Amino acid sequence: MSNPRSSAVPAPVTGKVPLVRALPWLLLVLLVFVPVTLSPFYVTLLNYIGLYAMVALGLVLLTGVGGLTSFGQGAFVGLGAYTTAVLTTSEHLPAWLAWAGGSPWLALIIGLLLTAVVAVVLGSLTLKLSGHYLPLGTIAWGISLYFLFGTMEVLGGHTGLSGIPPISLFGWVLNEGEEIFYLIWAFLLVAILTTRNLLDSREGRAIRALKGGRVMAESMGVDTSRSRMIIFVIAALHAAASGWLYAHMQRFVNPTPFGLHIGIEFLFMAVVGGAGHVWGAVIGAAVITILKQWLQDILPVLFGASGNFEVIVFGVMMVLILQRAPNGIWPILARWWPDTASKRKVDAGAAPLPRRQMPAAGEVLLQAIDVTRKFGGLVANNTMNLSVAAGEILALIGPNGAGKSTMFNQVSGVDTPTSGEVLFRGQDVAGKTAREVARMGMSRTFQHVRLLPEMSVLENVAIGAHMRGSKSVLPAAWRLDRAEEARLLAEAARQIERVGLAEHMFDAAGSLALGQQRILEIARALCSDPCLLLLDEPAAGLRYREKQILAELLRKLRGEGMAILLVEHDMDFVMGLVDRVVVMEFGEKIAEGLPEEVQKNPAVLEAYLGGVA
Amino acid sequence: MLLGQDGVTNGAIYALLALALVLVFAVTRVIFIPQGEFVAYGALTLAMIEAGRLPGTLWLLLGAGVLVVALDGLDALRRGGMARLLQVVAANILYPLALLLLMRTTSTDTWPLAAKVLLTLAVVVPLGPMIYRIAYQPVAEASVLILLIVSVAVHVAMVGLGLLFFGAEGSRTSSFSDASFTVGPMMVSGQSLWVIGTSLGLIIALALFFNRTIYGKALRATAINRAGARLMGISPALAGRLTFMLAALIGALSGVLVAPIATIYYDTGFLIGLKGFVAAIIGGLASYPIAALGAILVGVLEAFSSFWASAYKEVIVFTLIIPVLVWRSLTSHHVEEDE
Repeated sequence: MSNPRSSAVPAPVTGKVPLVRALPWLLLVLLVFVPVTLSPFYVTLLNYIGLYAMVALGLVLLTGVGGLTSFGQGAFVGLGAYTTAVLTTSEHLPAWLAWAGGSPWLALIIGLLLTAVVAVVLGSLTLKLSGHYLPLGTIAWGISLYFLFGTMEVLGGHTGLSGIPPISLFGWVLNEGEEIFYLIWAFLLVAILTTRNLLDSREGRAIRALKGGRVMAESMGVDTSRSRMIIFVIAALHAAASGWLYAHMQRFVNPTPFGLHIGIEFLFMAVVGGAGHVWGAVIGAAVITILKQWLQDILPVLFGASGNFEVIVFGVMMVLILQRAPNGIWPILARWWPDTASKRKVDAGAAPLPRRQMPAAGEVLLQAIDVTRKFGGLVANNTMNLSVAAGEILALIGPNGAGKSTMFNQVSGVDTPTSGEVLFRGQDVAGKTAREVARMGMSRTFQHVRLLPEMSVLENVAIGAHMRGSKSVLPAAWRLDRAEEARLLAEAARQIERVGLAEHMFDAAGSLALGQQRILEIARALCSDPCLLLLDEPAAGLRYREKQILAELLRKLRGEGMAILLVEHDMDFVMGLVDRVVVMEFGEKIAEGLPEEVQKNPAVLEAYLGGVA
Repeated sequence: MLLGQDGVTNGAIYALLALALVLVFAVTRVIFIPQGEFVAYGALTLAMIEAGRLPGTLWLLLGAGVLVVALDGLDALRRGGMARLLQVVAANILYPLALLLLMRTTSTDTWPLAAKVLLTLAVVVPLGPMIYRIAYQPVAEASVLILLIVSVAVHVAMVGLGLLFFGAEGSRTSSFSDASFTVGPMMVSGQSLWVIGTSLGLIIALALFFNRTIYGKALRATAINRAGARLMGISPALAGRLTFMLAALIGALSGVLVAPIATIYYDTGFLIGLKGFVAAIIGGLASYPIAALGAILVGVLEAFSSFWASAYKEVIVFTLIIPVLVWRSLTSHHVEEDE
């Protein structure tokens, strides 16, 4: 969350002038007339910008939104280009592949499939690793694949393959740069549109949640490994499609344009343009491509020698941008771009989502039996017992270091007890992932608020409903998920109203006060339709009035039959609110009972006030 | 046998680089991609001195020095007055100017080899801390990922500058020793012994530095707990510059050692550095001894694959990282929280 780059939602536009609304359409019309008005030089330049922007778009999704960095996209471009080059030029394909020869369109499909397979293999090898191993891995296989292109005989070695046929579309042969221009930009615009659609969906929220910390996303039922794999494969596919177009535009491939340095340039494009925004990819590709063209003309003259001197400028520019404007160029331009995301309406009439069978009041939901957790020689929890019933609030209290958080982790499935068991509605929690626990009907908040500050309150809460939808990437990209999406958002809106945050529904979550953020977390937890809420120090850092509001909300939820377990420090907050209290010290339960009884218990007084007595 | 000797010689170089990479990562969280550029800068600066030409790296040193003064000058004046400012100017501008004067007035190409090597180090090593000051210090608190992208940017710029300074042709320098010995069935070249000996010596020196000196201990403290070290009065900026100085020293020295064995081009450093990386990753960017062993493994693997399947040499070496990463991912099975 500390990463300064923002999420994919464009900044709100101030003052909606009609001109601003018309701007994208105006640009689109201009684009259509480019090949007939501009000289071939500029058409070629725009072709390259379009090709690079497609790769950079994949990186926007992967790096800017998902927080994963790849320097190896050049290799995926090469994979797409070489697949089509081999299939469309080779005279003697092996018999099992002969059917695929000669047709660029078949080659595109095969190239994409091949890339997807390679990406899944590379992804399953490296995506599990933490932050910096992935980019290092991408450097390694980026180099490996590059050398492979240069050494394999079938691929023509360093001289490459020539004689690649042009693409034909319904009998129209795209021979010239002016003709393939339309195909490149059509591909790019479709890619941008589908990426935008994807980000604005259930799956997209899961992807955007990756940067907010995986623990939060997992406990909301998001399979973060799957989300990471999805964006990794999508980014690879964008790159491969760009490679396919490139091969048929150049009609010739050799290894040079697929090396690591190009992969690095792609990442520069995404960062310069604004890695969190789909249009940042286009801006970044344009800036870097034009700058490179210009520098390649001017620098060799300036230095009196030939060579790729533009990389010096790129390197220095990158350092400066990362130091001074880590969000890139797009957020600065976004002010002139119409804002479509925040105008979203919640359809209150959408059919409600199915709910789980709620337990009857008084039914015991959670039972911890003789839970012991040892860390080496330290016994953090020693034969702890507790139970929570529907329609009841139980507080787990104790001084600092008493083992409350460890106990919380045992109960919520984050950690596994050394011995003893935790039963939730009769089922054992031990060994289950946070995701499975969430699915069973237990939902939690965090001691340190874990929200996505740039996303709206509505979207943050909707992450909680992740498990209650099923529409995945393809329906989202092509907007076939709208009925389900409306139901999810309506549910999120209902929960926001339930906790009393309705007036902030469309504000950025980061703009709320801490107390409101904690309540937002409760709304998010409620959105998963739980029967047990686990709250980790919900009153920490709250002002008096905020605590009162929180207590009111918890009482209301209890009245509706919710079971609530809260871990707390704050005695005053706990005493007026909860039904029963369990007090811990040194990892053991020292008292249990009604708040008034516990308050008078000598062992509790000793624990809280020290050895006065 | 010959292959094994080649492998161990190269491995010794990779081991040095791997140590530097582990050190830089531990202290500053920077994945130091430009490590390899220091190898190339060291080798090629020595080659230019041998050829009796003024190395372009000297101009870079002067330029970087001016930038550092521009960044730090005002602050130094405010905090320590004129004396402090003069200190900064002396270290960053007067020092390169003095080197420039020295190299302009004396014909350094007639100097003995050891003096040339010292001169090379005097030119290249200060670039380390300067680059830390200019590129990394302003973003020192950013995530590992941002620091990595900065590293790649610095690498790209340094490669471009290398091309500008040294041209596209490669160079080789004269050997430290033309002697060769016969040990049992194999011939050992003097240069190999120099490489292995210097590497071992440097590793021992580093171990002493980290265990015996106050600065070494300060760096270790910073590596273990950044905030804690800061509270104990260890400046993270100082730790960063010191680390980068060590990394630059190791890089430049590796370059000087490898220059007589292999032809070095302006962009050779990157591949050499990356092999150091493969070794460092084998050690999980944390363990020095495992990283050093990994380096020998990489060197030997490279030597043998260049013999058996020379065209696929690089492919094999860089694909080695994949099983290593798999092994790493199997040993860390919980969901990790990114920064």
